Amino acid sequence: MSSMTTMTTGPGTTSVKPRKSKAGWNLLGLFVFLTAGFPVYWMLNTAFKPAKDAIDPDPSLLPTGFTLANFRRALNIADFWGPVGRSLIVSLTVVVIGVVVGMLAALAISRFAFRGRKVVIVGILAVQMVPLVAMIIPVFLLLNDLGQYDRLSGLVITYLTFILPFTVWTLRGFIVNIPKELEEAAMVDGCSRTTAFLRVVFPLLAPGLVATSVYGFIQAWNEYLYALMLLSQKNQTATVWLGNFTTKHGTEYAPMMAGSTLMAVPIVVLFLLVQRKMAAGLTAGAVKG
Amino acid sequence: MSAADTTTPAKLPPPARHTPPTPPTGTDARPGRRPPKAAAAIPWALLAPCVLVLALVLGYPLVRLVTLSFQKFGQSQLWGFQPAESVGFDNFGKVLGDSEFWDVVVRTIVFAVGCVVFTMVAGMLIALLLQRVSGWMRTLINIVLVASWGMPIIVATTVFKWLFDSDYGIVNALLSKLPGVELIGHNWFASGPQGLAVIMLLVVWGAVPFVVITLSAGLTQVPKELEEAARLDGAGAWGVFRFVTLPILKPIIVMLTTLSVIWDMGVFPQVFVMRNGHPEAEFQLLTTYSYDRAFAVNDYAQGSAIALLTVVLLLGVVAVYMRQMLKIGEVE
Repeated sequence: MSSMTTMTTGPGTTSVKPRKSKAGWNLLGLFVFLTAGFPVYWMLNTAFKPAKDAIDPDPSLLPTGFTLANFRRALNIADFWGPVGRSLIVSLTVVVIGVVVGMLAALAISRFAFRGRKVVIVGILAVQMVPLVAMIIPVFLLLNDLGQYDRLSGLVITYLTFILPFTVWTLRGFIVNIPKELEEAAMVDGCSRTTAFLRVVFPLLAPGLVATSVYGFIQAWNEYLYALMLLSQKNQTATVWLGNFTTKHGTEYAPMMAGSTLMAVPIVVLFLLVQRKMAAGLTAGAVKG
Repeated sequence: MSAADTTTPAKLPPPARHTPPTPPTGTDARPGRRPPKAAAAIPWALLAPCVLVLALVLGYPLVRLVTLSFQKFGQSQLWGFQPAESVGFDNFGKVLGDSEFWDVVVRTIVFAVGCVVFTMVAGMLIALLLQRVSGWMRTLINIVLVASWGMPIIVATTVFKWLFDSDYGIVNALLSKLPGVELIGHNWFASGPQGLAVIMLLVVWGAVPFVVITLSAGLTQVPKELEEAARLDGAGAWGVFRFVTLPILKPIIVMLTTLSVIWDMGVFPQVFVMRNGHPEAEFQLLTTYSYDRAFAVNDYAQGSAIALLTVVLLLGVVAVYMRQMLKIGEVE
């Protein structure tokens, strides 16, 4: 740590500073890397560990062996593909509805000037601030009244509460970044507003649209509380499925880590793919109002 | 792709402070030309489906939340055996008169403040560190951060449960290696404060990446010349940070802090799953308390009253957030 204080004087002047000054920072960086990454590492480590090593009171930090037994156990402890299928259906449906409805709204607030526009924007922002947990009671009663309790369609409706405002806001960020001069040029050349959108804006928007969809999909896939509350055991989704490893007799940790790995790896990979694009989209709105 | 580095709310505060202008400016309507009547309907037509869906799935439940909290609503009302009758402020009276509720409020605030402070401080330190490490180290850290950011909360919670397991958890095993520490068999969840500290660690671990990545984007916007000038004027590292970096990052910091407060006040699955679906009294936060009242005690009205009070408690924070968004011109 003492090396830190001596080096803080010239971090900006990297070109002049010798390589030595980086070493201290890199050491600190290594510490951050190990700490932040440890939970993920330990999940993978446990998942592939022989069961007896998983309950060693003095566990070895390095991998001790390699087995897929935990994964076999995880897949057998309760139906796995059913919940995964249901999660897929729900998440995909939510994303399709969210993106179609959300894109229309995003176009309205980013490409049109109209009375009440600002109110709509503030509304969309504010709506995202309502804690979902606070809504669980009325949503439960609403679905109960509509006969949608324990139905996947009910869960889809519910998920729109958080996917839709998010989609509108993010897509707006992407659309705002596409120069409207491009559209105007197309319209001067004889395109209608609709064809100008389809031929010019849409292709440019496509990457943002994909990123937003993937991100929305991840959010829907990861949701736990509503899935737990609004569906019965026989209709459980993938996140709720993870709860099956804890019973009255205790928790089967090694298979649970295998289950966690199964749940996390595809999602983290998807997330890694879209994260940069999303970071750009989420903050893009600031540059051009 | 590179937009992540160049676009950010961290641009310099807008020179003209926007007090919202009455006619919407800054859109594609060229000044002085008003859209014809028919065209004025287009945006609303585009918005209609979105507004309709939100009114159904969000507006209606919000209204219902308010009305519920002024009614008597238990099992028999749920199944329709009895009509829900209005009871005025009874639910609020009961909730506010209960000392347990106030314990929960204090615990929630302490918990959320702890989470936010640790998240922001750690996030800032790591963001600053990322500017100073070598490129390959930055890539490594970024990958780890994004991976932990992308971890489903439920998975992260189960992993932390395993890390802190009393008998076979790695944390107890590692801590016991320190001289004079014997923690094997120690149950972190036997006491509320210790258990909540573990949950706080989990929340912070999951929240830091977003803060780091947003702040890093902001840091690239800090003009190098300003830092140089400050340094030439004799400012130390702290001085440069305090008087150059911090003021420029302030809008982002305010935004991140308010967002974190909102998120950390809404922490639910972490506590719920850690305590196997039945958080003990010592672990109750406003969210789980409201849930418990509704679904364990079957008093939906009181649960709603608690949820409503939570939302009211948050309104102030949301107002700060919205003001900040308006200020940086995000909402235009």
